[in-house]
Amino acid sequence: MIINHPLLGPRDAAEFVYLGDASLIDRPDWQSDTAADDFYEYQYLRDNPAGETRELWFHEQGDRSWLVVTRNTLTHEITKVELARDVALAAGRDR
Amino acid sequence: MSQPYRIVGGLVGRENLVSFRFNGKRFQGYRGDTLAAALIANGQRLVGRSFKYHRPRGIFSAGSEEPNAMVQLRHGAHLEPNTRATVTELYNGLEATSQNHRGSLEFDLMAVNDLLSPFLSAGFYYKTFMWPKSFWEKVYEPAIRASAGLGRLSGEEDPDSYDKGFLHCDVLVIGSGPAGLAAALAAGRAGARVILADEDFLLGGRLNAETLAVEDMSGAGWAAQTAQELAGLPNVRMMPRTTVYGAYDHGIYGALERRTDHLATSAGKPRQVLWRIYSKRAILCAGATERPIAFGNNDRPGVMLAGSVRAYVNRWGATPGRRVAVFTSNDDGWRTAQDLSAKGIEITAVIDSRDKPALASVPGAAIVMGGRVIDVAGRKGVTAIKLAKGQTIETDCLAVSGGWNPNVHLTCHQRSFPKWRDDIAAFIPGDEMPVGLTVAGAANGALSLGAALIQGTEAGHIAATDTGHTATSITPPWAEDEPRDTAAFWHVGESKARAWLDLQNDVTVKDVRQAGEEGFRSVEHLKRYTTLGMATDQGKTANVGALAIMAEATGKSIPETGTTIFRPPYTPVAIGAFAGRSRGKAFRPTRLTPSHKWAEEQKAVFVDAGMWLRAQWFPRAGETHWRQSVDREVLQTRASVGVCDVTTLGKIDVQGRDAAEFLNRVYANGFAKLPVGKVRYGLMLREDGMAMDDGTTARLSETHFVMTTTTANAVGVFRHMEFCRQCLWPGMDVHLISVTEQWAQIAVAGPNSRALLQKIVDDSHDLSNEAFPFMACGEVTLCGGVPGRLFRISFSGELAYEVAVPARYGDALMRALMKAGEAYDVVAYGTEALGVMRVEKGHAAGNELIGQTTARDLGMGRMVSKKKDSIGSILSERDALNREDGLALVGFVPVDRSEGLNSGAHFVSPGKEVTTENDEGWMTSVAFSPSLGHSIGLGFIKRGASRIGETVIAADPVRDRKVEVEIVSPHFIDPEGERLRA
Repeated sequence: MIINHPLLGPRDAAEFVYLGDASLIDRPDWQSDTAADDFYEYQYLRDNPAGETRELWFHEQGDRSWLVVTRNTLTHEITKVELARDVALAAGRDR
Repeated sequence: MSQPYRIVGGLVGRENLVSFRFNGKRFQGYRGDTLAAALIANGQRLVGRSFKYHRPRGIFSAGSEEPNAMVQLRHGAHLEPNTRATVTELYNGLEATSQNHRGSLEFDLMAVNDLLSPFLSAGFYYKTFMWPKSFWEKVYEPAIRASAGLGRLSGEEDPDSYDKGFLHCDVLVIGSGPAGLAAALAAGRAGARVILADEDFLLGGRLNAETLAVEDMSGAGWAAQTAQELAGLPNVRMMPRTTVYGAYDHGIYGALERRTDHLATSAGKPRQVLWRIYSKRAILCAGATERPIAFGNNDRPGVMLAGSVRAYVNRWGATPGRRVAVFTSNDDGWRTAQDLSAKGIEITAVIDSRDKPALASVPGAAIVMGGRVIDVAGRKGVTAIKLAKGQTIETDCLAVSGGWNPNVHLTCHQRSFPKWRDDIAAFIPGDEMPVGLTVAGAANGALSLGAALIQGTEAGHIAATDTGHTATSITPPWAEDEPRDTAAFWHVGESKARAWLDLQNDVTVKDVRQAGEEGFRSVEHLKRYTTLGMATDQGKTANVGALAIMAEATGKSIPETGTTIFRPPYTPVAIGAFAGRSRGKAFRPTRLTPSHKWAEEQKAVFVDAGMWLRAQWFPRAGETHWRQSVDREVLQTRASVGVCDVTTLGKIDVQGRDAAEFLNRVYANGFAKLPVGKVRYGLMLREDGMAMDDGTTARLSETHFVMTTTTANAVGVFRHMEFCRQCLWPGMDVHLISVTEQWAQIAVAGPNSRALLQKIVDDSHDLSNEAFPFMACGEVTLCGGVPGRLFRISFSGELAYEVAVPARYGDALMRALMKAGEAYDVVAYGTEALGVMRVEKGHAAGNELIGQTTARDLGMGRMVSKKKDSIGSILSERDALNREDGLALVGFVPVDRSEGLNSGAHFVSPGKEVTTENDEGWMTSVAFSPSLGHSIGLGFIKRGASRIGETVIAADPVRDRKVEVEIVSPHFIDPEGERLRA
């Protein structure tokens, strides 16, 4: 499998470590009234799509970037690779 | 010795006579022979015994699909079982032995199994070895183990080396038959970077086995000329003896290149190389595999695939028989009769299952249209065949053709399925294909030579264009489209004797029908129940025939019945090749501490700690037991001073304006207000609320921290912190870098540690308790100007420091400390004494931080701040993790102080049975405390904190021990912490 790193170009998947669904970026607000439920869902509930999915990969044997990889679970086709930091910033995450 | 079955012609080097041994007997062959070709030339028909019934078996095919002719090659540690003689290149001095027989090959004692066959039918494993239960281990298993498998392993370590490599190309061409050569030529001439791989040592594929012409040349001649042109192109890499065994994601292919298997010795070079090939386009030109027809005793030596018979005659000049009969369901079988007849070999009969006019006249041969072979005479070699209408024809070889199956395997490696084509009665590649892969030639169902050349040329042209090369249009080489009409004919119904489908696993037509009757109708169930299609050949000659029988039995069509899933590898790959050079100590790197050389000089005993090699203890003269060394190291440290290399702890440099706030979030306890010049213990949780890791973090400046992690979790903690930084709080100004290897760190512990350090640390630094109190840190210089860092932290519970210097000074620092410490009788201690002292002090470590324990379990519940956002704080509040009867970490001592303790023992209340229901917790760490003079332990037990003084049983059923233990405080030494503040 080859991941087209946005900064470094195509790299073999062996250089990366997989974490899980990109929804792990969306860490809930700890002060919300529903924080307990929100964190439970964040931690344990995942979609299991047959088709396109977004997942987090860490370039551990490389530049240590966390990436959001859009991959089709049926074909293994990778259609998009983004820096997770950019994705998080775009989603409004800051400090 | 003569080669009685050698005839004229072929592509073998007659000037190069090669000697070899089979079952100890000397034979000769020629360079360019396979072992099978040379055995045929020498008239050796019996080459092995079958798996289950130990029936005599001969050479069946001429390629990697071979189910029968498996031998053991070489001897001693080099012995390799289950090697196919049909693809083993002959070399001078080759030694081969037949396998799977008790006694000699000719008189196999296990052949009695054949008489017992009524009891050994499909699924006999599941039906037979059921009762009595007492027989499972003592009778059935040894018996099955003794008879399982074919060849035998040497039992010694593989003496050969293997390598791995990476290749990149525009176009990977898999197979070098007519389609593959044409594809490589079209793409190569256009300038594309081409890799042409073939499992054979001679490029050309079937062109070398046929008498067909390309343009005005012989097929073999055209193949040789094309190979020569390709070899001259700098952008083409030719890889003979290379099997592309798997198609993986994104154009990546696995390939095994056999570098020295055709030589008598590897001479120290890698025997095989496992390549990972990155291709932009790939063209599968893997050809087709002929399939047999099932009829009575069709497994006898001398019954062979028709295309293979003519391959031996045409390519190797070796004839499998002198009086050959052909049994075919298609036009192609006739070519065997014609080719052999043209070479002067007597054809006794051509039996064609189809009711149609004869295709040709073959001199001297009886032509039987609409004929059937129902049985074969001759146990260890064909002597005659019997036809359905009662005729008996004397013959010494029967060439059988049931048609050809395109080699679609690689097209299916990503879970797509092949589709059925009625006109050739075979599966061809399906519509979905690995990305970038196309198929040309026979593998694509284009079974004639002319069509293969056209498809190959077109595929090569397209692949070159797709990868950005301007191809000048080229005309495909011309060849005729030989007649390929075929009938779907699978087995002879009139046969009374057992008719064989899978020769390698001894599966008969009857077995498949029986499986169907017993309800195993899915092809995947059929495979597992009958073992059809398993083992080294994966049913390359058997599968489609069996599907046809199953389809017939269940009244479905073949495509409705479906195929099993094709998985890599296409042909067997040695585990050694997958391992490559990652064997033994080279499996992973060994990390050495900066004081390693010094520790070696002290004759330290080392222990693997992850990848690290650490000193475990330092034996001294007269010490005969490790406990003597460890007890001495502990007592001397607590009495005076000891030093220990703790470089292996993970070190992470954290810098930035938001560094303090960042640490405040990743640690459960507060860090925002840690003053500069101070160290704090930190507990890190996972988001699910479980303890993840712990360590100390020192604040060197407003914006600069140095964190330590446990040795084992250094990588994971760093990964986690990068996740927090990049994904959760991308707006924070904070940067991380691992500095584990940049800093050597040595613990100096014991009441004289300050005095010792004062001799090492430069005088300008005041180390007094007032100026540098417990949990102080700072940058210092040592030994006259060497930069370093000093931390007043204690894992042992003593007055203690950790001193860090750039790694290159680590060895010198250790030597300087030991020299300066002579006045205090300084002792070096290893990981064992380190562990004893931390248990005595009651510090949690790896045995307690197991990913299933919370801060509360560890007695640190109050550290988890509720006033800030930190990883894990919300989910740590879940009810189930805060039960009143939850686990708590406490200490344990044996009631009888002379008894030892076992970690892993589980606690039950006195008088209770040792059952899961009565389990109250477990012992995590134990040690003999030389300070107290008896064993001590740490462990988790329900409601532990409120049970101090209670007695429970530490039960260890695995080691059959029960020890009465008293629950005590986990702090065995200096519970008030007076020593470390001294």
